[in-house]
Amino acid sequence: MADYLKKYLKKRDKTRAKANISDSPTIPTERVGISQDVTKPLSLQPTITRSDQPESRLGVEPPQLLASCAQSAGRQREHNEDSLFLLTTMLVGNGTRFPFGLYIVADGMGGHQHGEVASEIAIRTMVGHVTEQLFSSLFSVDPQPPDLSLREILQNGVYEAHNAILDHTPGGGTTLTTVVIMNNQMAIAHVGDSRVYSVNLSGAMRSLTRDHSLVKRLEELGQITPEEAVFHPQRNVLYRALGQGEPFEPEIITAPTPESGYLLICSDGLWGVVPEKELGMTIKKSKTLSEACQNMVDAANQAGGPDNISAILVRLPDHE
Amino acid sequence: MLAIIGLSESVHRRNPLVDQPITRSLPLNGSIDTDQQLQSGTILGERYQIERVLGVGGMGAVYLARDKRFTVTKYVAVKEIIAQVGDDAIRRTLVTNFEREANVLATVNHVAIPKIHDFFTFGKRSYLVMQYIEGRNLETILESIEGLLPVQQIVIWGIELCDVLHYLHSHKPEPFVFRDMKPANIIITPENHVMLVDFGIAKEFEAGQKGTMIGTEGYSPPEQYRGEASPQVDIYALGATLHHLLTGINPRDEAPFTFSERPIRQLNPEVPIELENVVNSALQYNAPDRFKDANAMKEALILIARKGGIAYANVGAAAILQDYEIKPLWTFECEDEIRGSATHDDGMIFVGALDNNVYALNGSTGEFVWKFACEGGVVSTPAYHSRTVHFGSEDQRVYAVSAPTGRVVWSYHTDGPIRSSPIIRDRHVFIGSDDGFVHVINAASGRRAVKINGGAAIRSSPYVEDDVLFFGTEDGDIFCAEFGGKVRWRVNAKRAVTSSPRVQDGVVYFGSVDGMLYAIDVKTGWSLWRFRMDRGTISTPWLTEHYAYIGSADRHIYCINLKTSKDVWKFKTDHQVSSSPVLYKDAIYCGSADGNLYCLDAKTGFLRWKFTTRAAIVSTPDIFDDIVYIGSMDHRLYALPT
Repeated sequence: MADYLKKYLKKRDKTRAKANISDSPTIPTERVGISQDVTKPLSLQPTITRSDQPESRLGVEPPQLLASCAQSAGRQREHNEDSLFLLTTMLVGNGTRFPFGLYIVADGMGGHQHGEVASEIAIRTMVGHVTEQLFSSLFSVDPQPPDLSLREILQNGVYEAHNAILDHTPGGGTTLTTVVIMNNQMAIAHVGDSRVYSVNLSGAMRSLTRDHSLVKRLEELGQITPEEAVFHPQRNVLYRALGQGEPFEPEIITAPTPESGYLLICSDGLWGVVPEKELGMTIKKSKTLSEACQNMVDAANQAGGPDNISAILVRLPDHE
Repeated sequence: MLAIIGLSESVHRRNPLVDQPITRSLPLNGSIDTDQQLQSGTILGERYQIERVLGVGGMGAVYLARDKRFTVTKYVAVKEIIAQVGDDAIRRTLVTNFEREANVLATVNHVAIPKIHDFFTFGKRSYLVMQYIEGRNLETILESIEGLLPVQQIVIWGIELCDVLHYLHSHKPEPFVFRDMKPANIIITPENHVMLVDFGIAKEFEAGQKGTMIGTEGYSPPEQYRGEASPQVDIYALGATLHHLLTGINPRDEAPFTFSERPIRQLNPEVPIELENVVNSALQYNAPDRFKDANAMKEALILIARKGGIAYANVGAAAILQDYEIKPLWTFECEDEIRGSATHDDGMIFVGALDNNVYALNGSTGEFVWKFACEGGVVSTPAYHSRTVHFGSEDQRVYAVSAPTGRVVWSYHTDGPIRSSPIIRDRHVFIGSDDGFVHVINAASGRRAVKINGGAAIRSSPYVEDDVLFFGTEDGDIFCAEFGGKVRWRVNAKRAVTSSPRVQDGVVYFGSVDGMLYAIDVKTGWSLWRFRMDRGTISTPWLTEHYAYIGSADRHIYCINLKTSKDVWKFKTDHQVSSSPVLYKDAIYCGSADGNLYCLDAKTGFLRWKFTTRAAIVSTPDIFDDIVYIGSMDHRLYALPT
């Protein structure tokens, strides 16, 4: 096992069991640990007209991407080593209607501020790469498809981010989960154990990514059961992460975007603490995207907040 | 009159010398008085003690007897002929037949043929002593049951009958032809195996030999009426027997050679199409159109048995099953290479060849129906629409030909040879030409609706979806164009796009000679991913929800995960794969320039079987109703069981 994994393990070695038993009456009822002012309504805040009926179609014209996020350091960490990024654009023009979105969550590790540095460097590098390679030409006067495929652009972005971490903050590491939405197609580039969920309008969750964690691998190999994985002492050990010396290959998937519903991109401080079912119900019941994000982060904190928590929630346009 | 073991039958056998059924000249009963029959207790040749009569025929009877040489009870069947009835000629013939049967039985050794023990004559009476077969003959069984016998049971018996026919036909030094296959001559033993009885007219086969009509009307093929007796007559009669068993309709009650008027599956819906095809192949009017030999028919039946999950131990064909080869149901030979793919509709198969012809064949038999001659080779895969077949030719024309008659409905001229295959949508034919245009032609009138400029030869087939079409050019461009001709986007691969585009979930997939399989967003024309192969491809991808299957000049057939754009498996052939894979049920079928058609497990890429032709396969299989139709550069079109 590489050193970075051990460090990562040490850093995140507070067990959920511990978190769960700390059901002290001191759990604040107000929101806690909001480290960034990202929960204010965005300018394109969704106008969900029948928000008590989330199954109904999104009441916006033209159909568009909407996104919000929330973040917290949690209740047991001093620093927030998670970083996140949201970019939602929409071009509506002469016969064109082109929604584009770029959403990234990075969960840093390494201590001595290495973690937060690594996750932010990873995000900045990736965003720079994607905007340069994809975004600028996409909205130019005479858009020419890039020479590389979306997959290759994302793959190169991951490698660039990896190299940038090695250059700027040796010893730091991070997960990096990037979602690009271009019209009805999406691509996900993924390293580590942050997750992308597809959430349908009734709140059912489906993970689109595979954790690059030791326990997940053991689980896939049938060595341990999902139940054992939850309390496995090495459940925070990653076998693939950015900023570490070993060669790796990002997992990149392309697929049509789900026909409606949401994408949730989050760090393990959320998915590892709040059961999926509860996350789905929270999304379903919330009136706005920002409220949904905040409620999910709150739920993680109420469960002890053992780790940094990051969540990006994207409402997908309903297919026509 | 000959009697068969067990029960009297053969009454409809024609007299070989006077062209009348024997039953008309000889009464079935009465020619032998009952007092002429051997009485119970009679001992023949100091050895065979008659127990009782098993059956009576026109000129004798069959008895159950005990062999006194054994202290244990050993039963034998004693067949008797009394040479005193009828005219001399008939009598001589029957005696000859009797002796022939004895001689045939004495020289053969097969589990499904009774053993002969003895043969002797007392005065006018001759006797044949043979193995006593318990059980009932199939005609009796058929008459005694309500409804029909289980199909799978019939298949097993059919396999066993093929086995015994194959034994007889390949007997050394002289092959035998049974000449009288029918339910009445098949006994089902208590162990549920077949026994073939009544070898009275079985004879050595000598090629080209003609004789007189012998056999049973209804079961006998046309050539048997002309006195010919090749092993093919047994295959026909077995087909007739199976038809009888599967439908319950006795062919002797019907006009001869009218099986096609009684389609098996109409009468018995439980019969699978493959089985109907096997029986129909056996029942072909012309002997060369039937199975090449009993073994070919046996293997076709074994394939059906495999699908039905039958216990093969019963069949005794385990050895063959282990390394069995795929045998074509039929083949059809053209005068030049087949590079285009076949298409099917209405029970017909249409395929073009480099001999300038497009052929229409009967899909189940491979029988030639018509051919249409162009002035150039045809590599275009015909498209069927409203009883019309559309295709392009290297003579620069697009043709619409009436499917039933093969007459031209219209032809349409382009300025270059046509290698593209037509697609028909909204009553229009979309086809590319080497003149650099996609031509959109009104399917009814043959008039051009529009032509769309691709700037270079177009050999891929257009893909039409909603209001746009996609096509590749030999310059490596892939176009997304509106029907009016307006280009929405154009993407350039580094080399030619001969592979035809396929669209799924808003993504267009195609291969290129630059070695890539591309996935391009339909709306923007932007590349989502590319999958790199070691060499170029002209193979068209086959898409499922999660996977693309494609061949490559790097000799592989690939299965690629559409989400991860990584190969799930790849299968190596011995030469370039220009053929396009086809998924049918859970298997991938694809040809290779190594001459093989491969059948691979779609999930794992494991080889299930391969079929070897005599030259490269560059065409794509057409699969329908569990039959694969594949053309080869050996000039042949093969119909293979899946």
